[in-house]
Amino acid sequence: MASGIRDKVAILGMGCSQFGERWDRSAEDLMAEAFRECVRDAAIDPREIQAAWLASCFDQINLGKSALPLSMALRLSNIPVTRVENYCATGSEAFRGAVYAVAAGACDFALAMGVEKLKDTGYGGLPGLDIGTMPPLWWANMTAPGVFAQLATAYIAKHGADAGDVKRAMARISSKSHDNGAKNPKAHLRKPVPVEKIMAAPMVADPLGLFDCCGVSDGAACAIVTTPDIAKGLGRGDIVSVKALQLSLSDGVEAGHNSWDGSHFITTRIASRRAYDEAGIRHPREELSLVEAHDCFSITELVTMEDLGISPEGGAIADVMDGFFDAAGRIPCQIDGGLKCFGHPIGASGIRMIYEVYLQLLGRAGGRQLPSPRYGLTHNLGGFPHQNVCSVSIFGRHGD
Amino acid sequence: MIGVTSFGSYIPRLRLSRKAIAESNGWMEPSLLSMGKGERSMCNWDEDAVTMAVEAARDCLAGIERSSVEGLYLASTSLPFLDRQNAGIVAAALNLSEDLSTLDITSSQKAGTSGLLAALRGAGSGAASGTLFIASDKRRTKSACPQEMLFGDGAAALLVGTRDVIAEFKGGHSVSVDFVDHYRGRDGAFDYAWEERWVREEGFLKIVPRAVAAALERTGVRAGEIDHFVMPCTSPGVTAGVAAKVGIRPETVRDTLHQACGETGTAHPIVMFVDALQDAGPGEKILVVGFGQGCDALLFETTSALLKLPKRRGTKGSLARRMEERNYMKYLSFNRLVVQERGIRAENNPQTALTALYRNRRMLLGLVGGYCEACDTPQFPKSEVCVNPACHAVSTQRDHEFSDEPGSVLSWSADALAYTADPPAHYGMVQFQRGGRFMADFTDCDVGGVAVGMPVRMAFRIRGVDEARGMVRYFWKAAPVKGPKEEA
Repeated sequence: MASGIRDKVAILGMGCSQFGERWDRSAEDLMAEAFRECVRDAAIDPREIQAAWLASCFDQINLGKSALPLSMALRLSNIPVTRVENYCATGSEAFRGAVYAVAAGACDFALAMGVEKLKDTGYGGLPGLDIGTMPPLWWANMTAPGVFAQLATAYIAKHGADAGDVKRAMARISSKSHDNGAKNPKAHLRKPVPVEKIMAAPMVADPLGLFDCCGVSDGAACAIVTTPDIAKGLGRGDIVSVKALQLSLSDGVEAGHNSWDGSHFITTRIASRRAYDEAGIRHPREELSLVEAHDCFSITELVTMEDLGISPEGGAIADVMDGFFDAAGRIPCQIDGGLKCFGHPIGASGIRMIYEVYLQLLGRAGGRQLPSPRYGLTHNLGGFPHQNVCSVSIFGRHGD
Repeated sequence: MIGVTSFGSYIPRLRLSRKAIAESNGWMEPSLLSMGKGERSMCNWDEDAVTMAVEAARDCLAGIERSSVEGLYLASTSLPFLDRQNAGIVAAALNLSEDLSTLDITSSQKAGTSGLLAALRGAGSGAASGTLFIASDKRRTKSACPQEMLFGDGAAALLVGTRDVIAEFKGGHSVSVDFVDHYRGRDGAFDYAWEERWVREEGFLKIVPRAVAAALERTGVRAGEIDHFVMPCTSPGVTAGVAAKVGIRPETVRDTLHQACGETGTAHPIVMFVDALQDAGPGEKILVVGFGQGCDALLFETTSALLKLPKRRGTKGSLARRMEERNYMKYLSFNRLVVQERGIRAENNPQTALTALYRNRRMLLGLVGGYCEACDTPQFPKSEVCVNPACHAVSTQRDHEFSDEPGSVLSWSADALAYTADPPAHYGMVQFQRGGRFMADFTDCDVGGVAVGMPVRMAFRIRGVDEARGMVRYFWKAAPVKGPKEEA
């Protein structure tokens, strides 16, 4: 009988590069930047790392294929290094690899590194995905904003919600994250943006306007994980440990079976329920202290609050408008600014979310520090509402 | 009895206002100013001679068992492929049996009538019980030339056979003369045309009467007995002039549809023939003339079976389904007649794996998915494991055609970021009433014209063009059953 991951693995150190348009830095430079902070934090010799995982999504730009760029950039000592890719949930996958390696007892120290260099394309927005041989022959000519926007049309239809109310709640979500990001020195976008400006912005994909979409940035984030016992042996008192690590992938129902209504994420519902079970959380609305959700678009955050079981179905708009997810609210969401302000360097994002939860749990989040957080949840979503990869992880203190 | 057993037409719903052409080009070619009346049909950016042929054929085959079709002939001088049989693409899109005789007929404006003659003669020989004949043309011209005003895009289809004949083929005559009123060389993008007066005097007025007289003599019908005279010609009055010359009653001269759609090339004799069939009652004689390096004259007589043919869209229905386009630049853009910045996103253009295209031809060209016989769930694409979460049965799916399944919009967006020739890109989750869904591009829809729950029909369209490798990729898109701004 599997016993789950709870409290088997500790985060020993983390690092996060400055996110933004890093015109003068390569992906290798960004990894080195994140790694310097991480090693300093972990206080181990890099040669003690016994295995590493590299998360990067786009291989036609960025680093190309294989894990060699990580191994070579950091001069890792000929250890096993593996590159992983799972759409926008790629960063969480590298972390999962490192955590599983430690949990299995295969190694004492493992590294998860996520990086993406998106600003080498010549245009704004995400590059086109290489989608294989068949999809270009029949998939809709779609972009991420265009498929995520459909959550809004389906949500409005399902709940009979007023389109204007949904648009305003979406704007409120983005405005809240901009307020948070303004206080984070590592964020890409650091200006508050009022709701009215967000609502009046040019349309990208109806009903998503410019400010409903997250930024596009370069960045890297990484973690060194070990066992709680080793962390204690290294003199750590306050140990952040992995409480749950869940991944759920679409099985084709959303894209191919008429039972899905288009307004929510089946995978998020499944992954979060498994994660709560694994972490021993019964009432997420009461027990979670903060959430780093995959706010690629404001509407994603809105429906995700319901899918995570925090807001009741159809109730996220009220929670958003009541300030439930604000910095001073009951469960602050994207207290670091989220994808909205960090942008979305794909491979890095999942680990960047964990980085914020880690800082918050250790009381190291500076001006945006929350009072005594206990459980932090990260939600890292890849793909499209109709076919996606959803990672839900929960972190807390070891033994708590 | 040999003849036509069914008909169909397709005129693209976009109609470019000739006034818009005149206003844009009159400054450099003042003669266009006097031609600025009416409208010409124009393809959407994702339509061509093949996609229009598919639509005309679908109209023609409505309510008809497709297994009865044993041959498919496609006439056009604007086919997208020089060496890949275009008729074969149409046949695949129609999910016709692969035990089929297919043929492209091209290289002359006369191909529309010559192809029909060949189909009729094939039926007469007993070689095929049902041959689908389609003529289709997307007529690209230079900007600001008279032909831009006179031409239109369109297609028409006739099913030819010996059972339930609605218009009996009484006979005809062909004349072949190397009369070059215009030509387009192998690598030529546009026609090169000679003087209109010469074309009229030496061409139409001399060559057509020869063919018509011979056809009448051969069928034993007098010119005065003709009830409908179908003869496309872009020069005004020439059709009536020919009729007068050969003794056909002036009131039987059919409208060339110049005001409504312009001349649709090889398709036009058939487009006009279908228009005539939609007006005709039983026992009426229809003379169909096609001109181009000679002339074909074909005589038909309608039968009482015409009354029994279920109502179809035909030319009249196609013409009624219209959307005026006043933006001449959009016409230039759709027809690649102007060099525009399309952005770096437009560069993304993977090659087409011909192995994958062949392996999945039923899915990609025919919109054929699967039907799980274990749980009765239609699904797209067909797969080894049933998509129904309550089933997941393995290897239980038979082919299921989705192209004529009624569908509706579950969710949608209008996307300004995706590259498309006609932004914003509309797409969404389309689900079919009996089961099955997929994320589909929309076509023929307008900003503000899409809504959740809106009924759609599937249309065979160009998904993308790989210009570097000369490949046109086709797939199916969802079109609103009726746009809100369209006239009924």
